[in-house]
Amino acid sequence: MNKVYSVSDINNYIKQLVSNDGILSRLFVRGEISNFKHHYTGHMYFTIKDENSVLKCVMFKSQASTIKFAPQNGEKVIVCGYISVFERDGQYQLYASDMQPDGLGALHLAFEQLKDKLQKEGLFDIDIKKKIPVLPRCIGVVTSSTGAVIRDIINVTYRRHNNMKILLYPVAVQGAGAAGQIAAAIRKLNELNQVDVIIVARGGGSLEELWAFNEEVVARSIFASNIPVISAVGHETDFTICDFVSDMRAPTPSAAAELAVPDVEVLLYKLQNYKVRMKSSLLKKLTMCRTQIQKANSRHVFRQPYDKVNQYRLKLDNEFKHLFKNNEMRLNDNKSKFGMLTGKLDVLSPLKILERGYSVVRKPQGDIVNKLEQVHIGDNLEICFKNGRVDCNVISVRKDEVYD
Amino acid sequence: MTKIVRKAQSDRSFEEAMLELEQTVSKLEKGDISLEESITNFGHGIELSRYCASKLDEAEKKISILLQDEEGNLIEKEFDI
Repeated sequence: MNKVYSVSDINNYIKQLVSNDGILSRLFVRGEISNFKHHYTGHMYFTIKDENSVLKCVMFKSQASTIKFAPQNGEKVIVCGYISVFERDGQYQLYASDMQPDGLGALHLAFEQLKDKLQKEGLFDIDIKKKIPVLPRCIGVVTSSTGAVIRDIINVTYRRHNNMKILLYPVAVQGAGAAGQIAAAIRKLNELNQVDVIIVARGGGSLEELWAFNEEVVARSIFASNIPVISAVGHETDFTICDFVSDMRAPTPSAAAELAVPDVEVLLYKLQNYKVRMKSSLLKKLTMCRTQIQKANSRHVFRQPYDKVNQYRLKLDNEFKHLFKNNEMRLNDNKSKFGMLTGKLDVLSPLKILERGYSVVRKPQGDIVNKLEQVHIGDNLEICFKNGRVDCNVISVRKDEVYD
Repeated sequence: MTKIVRKAQSDRSFEEAMLELEQTVSKLEKGDISLEESITNFGHGIELSRYCASKLDEAEKKISILLQDEEGNLIEKEFDI
């Protein structure tokens, strides 16, 4: 007689078989994610598949919160975990404890995803980067209090500026809690407001060791900082999110100190140089002005100040001479003209005519009588000679030509 | 004559003073200002360079470390390398 089992018995039996299997208790499975659901409880439900087959997977909240990237449908992954049977449904599934993107490291993917996200938000924008002050009063350093990094920073600082103040904010630079400590340190330094620049630094390490500097909390705290931040994480070839969001990236912690602290010798030399240049410019200006004065002094007008006056005086004399000469000439001119006119007058004088034996006949009113028609019988006339006059009465008027 | 605006020394940063000094030097070197202005600028430049030099001396050499006491308050202590 065959034994009859209950459903529960069978499922329980299979579960035990599966659980005791060496391979199924810890395995890695490669596949492509589909039907991905991130439940509100924090658990992840999904299947992974290849060309021919699918496998149900579940990842509980405690593990799901540790994975460094956001799984998506279609993504090729390697899931680590164990196979067990869910007795109620009679189904087996993969209970995942970890998940990595296939091909690309999980951290690397997480890095790219966060970088992408923050870049889109504008956290890396060049035009919002703060200027690093030339001469800070005090520099803040966020790093481990032990190790080479802080020593390098101190050494470089004092080599460049012997009087610089350094304030170290010690933090864990790797491991759980490191990111939170770094972020808190940046916030605290902002609250204290004692430093003019903050160096966030760590020595070289693997991507995992540098991971704290790729965490979002660190990026957000740097972005929120009012004090300029210089990032110096890992070696020159390592790039972290911290580098991108900082106001300046230094390839090494020593280089960060060089960027934060001015070389006093160089500045003093610069000041000295400015002084020399100012002095020589002023001297040049003075020399130029002096030369100008000398040039002005040597000019004709300054050498013989009365020369011009004398020249005018001469000209004036000349003008006077001209004036006199002109006057004299005109006077003489008029004299001769006058003589000529008096001569003419003399010739034309009626006295001359009377001298020659002629006489002048006038009416009593004084009108000269030179025509017969002017005279009538009975008129009184006056005849003037050279030496007297005769009053006459016209007794007859005869018309004839005297000199016919 | 261009007026030199004098900022109170205390609220002037080192780089502002340095920048103004640089501008003063090039103004003097250009030489197209009057002698009177040159002398004023020279005086101002010397004043600025003194101020910058004093700023370089001003800081105090000190390395401190911020530590938390039992109540979580930050205290500043001298840091030994």
